[in-house]
Amino acid sequence: MRKILSNTLFIVLFVVLVYAVFQMPTGANINAPAYNDIARHYLENGASETNAANIIAAILADYRGFDTLGETIVLFTSVVAVGSVLRSTKHDKEVRDHE
Amino acid sequence: MVILNIVIVVFLIVCALAIGRIKDLLGAVILFSAYSLMMSVLWLVLKTPDVAITEAAIGAGVTSILFFAVISKTKRYEK
Amino acid sequence: MNDIIVKNITRIIIPFAQVYGIFIILNGHVSPGGGFAGGAIIGTTLILYTLVFGREKGKKKFSHKASEIAESGGIIWFVTIGLVGLVVADRFLTNINAGFPEGIIGEILSGGMIPLLMIGIGVKVASTMISLFNLLIDEGV
Repeated sequence: MRKILSNTLFIVLFVVLVYAVFQMPTGANINAPAYNDIARHYLENGASETNAANIIAAILADYRGFDTLGETIVLFTSVVAVGSVLRSTKHDKEVRDHE
Repeated sequence: MVILNIVIVVFLIVCALAIGRIKDLLGAVILFSAYSLMMSVLWLVLKTPDVAITEAAIGAGVTSILFFAVISKTKRYEK
Repeated sequence: MNDIIVKNITRIIIPFAQVYGIFIILNGHVSPGGGFAGGAIIGTTLILYTLVFGREKGKKKFSHKASEIAESGGIIWFVTIGLVGLVVADRFLTNINAGFPEGIIGEILSGGMIPLLMIGIGVKVASTMISLFNLLIDEGV
């Protein structure tokens, strides 16, 4: 019973998702929801405002520089977290020798 | 170009299913590395070379090495 | 690992890979790439060195102290460049208006502060990769 139910649910979900994929706007379609005024502004004025030929670098480091700062801070936090959990300290060695 | 896209996507789906099925964790990491490499080719086909470079370096390189380091500390086979 | 083939191939490959990573970082504003991708490539070469030649030699090339300096130095460098914009042009991370040299578009010396930020991100990402690997390897030794 449970198997039939889960299989039916899977098939329904699969059909819905495949249907949704075919409804999505393709590539650089002008009707895509992600395509708004700000994208056109970046493409038209990005090179003259930042003087960088690679528009992606201009967006990453200039228009969205604060987000990139947050990204580097996330990396820093990950290293600090892993180090505080895994790094073997002098105290650990003393405890191990004592045992 | 459409045929290339279809071949890559089928490869990706097969890889993803195999990662879920396999019991050997080392093999799973190698399959994941192959998945990332094919994904970077797909990014290149989709005209995003930035993401392709990052995917090849991080997905296929660093991630699998970190997984190998973790596997060397734990067990190789899933129960 | 005591395999002569692996050791020699690694010795040959590492300089080329590192130069490629530096190229990607410095050309981030002209061609595809940028700080994140180039830093990941350099970090991978450091991991490869540690894997082939052992932990002790790897420690000699890139010690814990160096990784500490690179980790915090990357973020401090980023924030310092942002503060220049805050002081000169009243906004954090201002580019051309804050007096960074414009240069000629399409050449390597262009884009104002973008290459400087890319260098900071590259150093940060490279040291993150190698220190994560070292921490995982050193655990419980």
